[in-house]
Amino acid sequence: MAEGAEALAASVRDFVSGQQDGRAAELAAGLKDGSWTILQLVEALGFCLENTDPRTRGRGIQLLSQVLLECHSLLQEKEVLHLVLFYENRLQDHHLVIPSVLQGLRALSLCEVLAPGLAVSVLKAIFQEVHVQSLLQQDRYTVYSIITNFMASREEELKGLGADFTFGFIQVMDGEKDPRNLMVAFQIVRDLIVKNYALGPFVEELFEVTSCYFPIDFTPPPNDPHGIQREDLILSLRAVLASTPQFAEFLLPLLIEKMDSDLQSAKLDSLQTLTACCAIYGQKELQEFLPSLWSSLRREVFQTASEKVEAECLSALHALSACLSRSVLSSDAEDLLDSFLSSILQDCRHHLCEPDMKLVWPSAKLLQAAASASLRTYHRLTHSILPLLLEQYNKHSQSSQRRTILEMLLGFLELQQKWGRVEEDESALLSLQETICSVVFSALTDPNVQLQLVGIRALTVLGSLQGFLSPSDLELVVDHLVRLALHEEDSQSSEAAMEAAGSLAPVYPEVFSGRMVPRLGEELQSEREEEEEGSRDLRSLRQRCLQALAAVSTHTSIVRETVPVLLQHLRKVQKGSEAGNAQNVISACRSLHRVALQCQQDAEGCWYYHRAVVPCLLAMAVQAATQESSHPLVSKALLEEEVLTAMVPVISAATTHLSPELAAQSVSHVVPLFLDGEVSFLPQNSFPCSFQPFEDGECLEPQRRLVSLLMAFVCSLPRNVVIPQQERLLRELLALSCSCNCPFTATAASKCFAGLVNKHPAGQQLDEILQLAVNRMEPGLAEGPHRTQALTLLLWVTKALVLRYHPLSSHLTDKLLGLLSDTELGPTAADGFSLLMAESPDVLHKGCHADVRIMFRQRFFTDNVPKLVQGFHGAGADVKANYLKSLSHVLNHLPKPVLVTELPTPLLLEAPQIMSLHIDTLVTKFLSLTSSPTMAVRIAALRCAHALTSLPTTVLLPYKARVIRALAKPLDDKKRLVRKEAVAARGEWFLVGSPGR
Amino acid sequence: MVGPGGGVPLENANPLIYRRSGERPVTAREEDDELPDSIDDREIFDLIRSINDPEHPLTLEELNVVEQVRVKVNDAESTVAVEFTPTIPHCSMATLIGLSIKVKLIRSLPERFKMDVHITPGTHASEHAVNKQLADKERVAAALENSHLLEVVNQCLSARS
Repeated sequence: MAEGAEALAASVRDFVSGQQDGRAAELAAGLKDGSWTILQLVEALGFCLENTDPRTRGRGIQLLSQVLLECHSLLQEKEVLHLVLFYENRLQDHHLVIPSVLQGLRALSLCEVLAPGLAVSVLKAIFQEVHVQSLLQQDRYTVYSIITNFMASREEELKGLGADFTFGFIQVMDGEKDPRNLMVAFQIVRDLIVKNYALGPFVEELFEVTSCYFPIDFTPPPNDPHGIQREDLILSLRAVLASTPQFAEFLLPLLIEKMDSDLQSAKLDSLQTLTACCAIYGQKELQEFLPSLWSSLRREVFQTASEKVEAECLSALHALSACLSRSVLSSDAEDLLDSFLSSILQDCRHHLCEPDMKLVWPSAKLLQAAASASLRTYHRLTHSILPLLLEQYNKHSQSSQRRTILEMLLGFLELQQKWGRVEEDESALLSLQETICSVVFSALTDPNVQLQLVGIRALTVLGSLQGFLSPSDLELVVDHLVRLALHEEDSQSSEAAMEAAGSLAPVYPEVFSGRMVPRLGEELQSEREEEEEGSRDLRSLRQRCLQALAAVSTHTSIVRETVPVLLQHLRKVQKGSEAGNAQNVISACRSLHRVALQCQQDAEGCWYYHRAVVPCLLAMAVQAATQESSHPLVSKALLEEEVLTAMVPVISAATTHLSPELAAQSVSHVVPLFLDGEVSFLPQNSFPCSFQPFEDGECLEPQRRLVSLLMAFVCSLPRNVVIPQQERLLRELLALSCSCNCPFTATAASKCFAGLVNKHPAGQQLDEILQLAVNRMEPGLAEGPHRTQALTLLLWVTKALVLRYHPLSSHLTDKLLGLLSDTELGPTAADGFSLLMAESPDVLHKGCHADVRIMFRQRFFTDNVPKLVQGFHGAGADVKANYLKSLSHVLNHLPKPVLVTELPTPLLLEAPQIMSLHIDTLVTKFLSLTSSPTMAVRIAALRCAHALTSLPTTVLLPYKARVIRALAKPLDDKKRLVRKEAVAARGEWFLVGSPGR
Repeated sequence: MVGPGGGVPLENANPLIYRRSGERPVTAREEDDELPDSIDDREIFDLIRSINDPEHPLTLEELNVVEQVRVKVNDAESTVAVEFTPTIPHCSMATLIGLSIKVKLIRSLPERFKMDVHITPGTHASEHAVNKQLADKERVAAALENSHLLEVVNQCLSARS
């Protein structure tokens, strides 16, 4: 025990006289492990606490406080009582001692065993004895912390102090300037208000002591050690100011004054604070200030050039109107909303009558901001404004003025959408229904395209208001849309009309399927009778019909009407012998594709579409392919490459979203059609000869082309659908791809094979079929008439396997790399790298359920770029270009950040003429990457910028000044390794074109 | 300011050669993306130690013209002071060496730095005149407009191949 006491005394002496700060932690540790008690510590400190030198006393108290901060949770209630009394007493001590005393009190304020009444007594003592604002920043912060701690744990006790507490705090924070302390002080004030502490007679003082900081004017110091931004203080202060209606009478005049400020930031802050206040204010608070608020807001919107200020004014007006709409009125009070809206109307209404003046739009925006606040404001304002706008529309005859008026009208109509259904009794809209419709219809027939476009938008809005348009109006709407879509010369209007039909069709499916679709169908038909060969107008009319049919197919019931029309049209075209037939088929396919995309999400619609379209397209194609080549009646247009290519996305889109059960049903018909000529499921199944695309024979060439349609179907199936006779199908495809003379067919067969292999479950079967493919490919690549076909197959199979990380993919990639040095196939092989890395539109992408692993590109890059680089160095001059080309394809598809860190600079620099062409892009990219958040990227970018200096001077000189300027910034990078690269790069750029280099 | 004349015999043909310090080792802290590294004396020294001497195929470090102890930097206050020691008290290259150091620092340090390059007190006959020239911004700028002088400075600053 005696030893312990001696050690204790020694440590205390070391700390106090020896100035060894480390002793505090040891003493705290001793207290924690029970070597001594707090009482013993205080006794040991006795000599210095009673010392006459304030420095020594201060040191002693500092030690005690530091220990308490560590050990406050170990204290007994009685110990705490004595310590509190001691510290309170010390508050009267010399000013040098006060910081340590406050630290001690902070430690005690964290004690859970603090006896009731002590918190109040500590605070009273601080309020009485300490002049807080003459302390240093961190000591003031300690005071705020003590108050915060007590507010968190002793709320009831502090409330017992009544308004004295509020007053005491006001004195504490009065004059505070440090942003760190203000953040805490604002939080305390906010808690005082929100947690209902008594403010008593001090509301105005509390407001004054906080509002004096408004608007916040603070710029963080350049290297900002505390991380407090201007915005933090603004939000924190706003939370205080907008926390209680009690501040309203003081705050609103302040806001009105600051809205007039020359500083835009002050304006914005005032407006945002006003908006925040409206959330809790009521009629009572606003009453007195409404006229001045309105006139300030109006002035700003009418005068400002800043969109930000305008937007904030409008949201403040919106908030004010909403606040007034919400307020509950006592029976005798006047409804302020009414008079407020009246003044808005009075000041804005007359501007709307002068559509040439510049105040039209500001006025309309103000009115719309107020009208959007509540249903009441909407009715009150539209009641007056809508008739006025309609009258003005008819008064003016110029299209441009009418357009302005109609756009304003449209703005109000769009607001009505917010409230949903049109209310029968109150709405100004319903009573004006007839006039509004006639105005909108007149806009649709105006020759001015801009006016037409606004009219079409208005029509869309009117149509979306349920119950607004009468059945006869609707018919008129459809007639107008059909006319605009088909016959309006301007393509913008025509497209807008189609879009409008598309968005209204789901609301009124019967009207559109009953009135629009038949009209479009007739137009498609009737043209045939009075046809003049190749007439341009006729062709564009037909185009428009097809587009409109697709656009309006936005509802399942309409799809059931439009799809037969489109298919009917296709059949007619097939039988015709026109020159432009191929184009016609392609247009029809585009429309069919759009319909497919629009009904994919709806399971029932999707299945209907699939059953209607896929067999029909297949039947038509089979018909064309089995026809005697000399047969005059059936067009061969369907077999042209671009037509088949246009059919692919239709079949694919009809298939990707099928449920696995339905897809299985469909696949059981389609695969036997191609393998065994099973045509029974096709709608018209009497064909001139049998369909055997995989058989040998010269005359079967047309049939084989249809493999592209098989590909579209079978490669779009969900992965878990079992394909019947898959092995046989794969073998047939493989054979076709390697032996077919027609590149189109061979490519389709390769892609189809690759698409199936990609989804094939791993295992022996897959290994066998792949082995088979390799065995066929290798001799094909080596020699013979089908080398190109073999290369195509190699490319697609490699892609299929690279995507799914199949182990065989590296073997195939190596084979491809080997072909780069082939003088005949090299260039094609090099271009093939683009095919490997890019997303292909029809097969092997996520949309058609292919197995695509993430980051396959990065992986391919890391595996193969070293080989490409090596190959480049070893290659002869005639094939070097192939390596560079493949490398550029790989790099082109790589994500930028990966690209830059890995860029193989030396190789690129061996091709200075190529680099020179892209110097502009390279400089821009490298410089922008020098400010990347990642150090490694910054370093790599600077190395690249450095490496550029080895290009010819004439190429570099135009960029010298820019690069040197841009590289000044990384010289001050926080990382030394980055600075080193920046110094090296910038130094080299200084030497560019300079003497003595 | 004067440049070196062609064909004139060397003033100090057989200077004493000092050992070069190695590359600064990279620390774990320097590789941490988050932690900032302040600019220190060694970093400044690394900038200037590889400047070539205008007369000899040697660097300023090898000739002991610059030493790390004579480099003082204060990153917070953005100041750099470099003292350099000509090999002989009457060295006519002193101004040129000082100019090269100054240009190297201008090109390599952030703009915020105020830099002071001067001769180690008591090591050169016309110490004050040289210091005055180096401290005069306009004279330094004018010197760099002279393409002959710029050529020599650039040669001093070129990376040794």
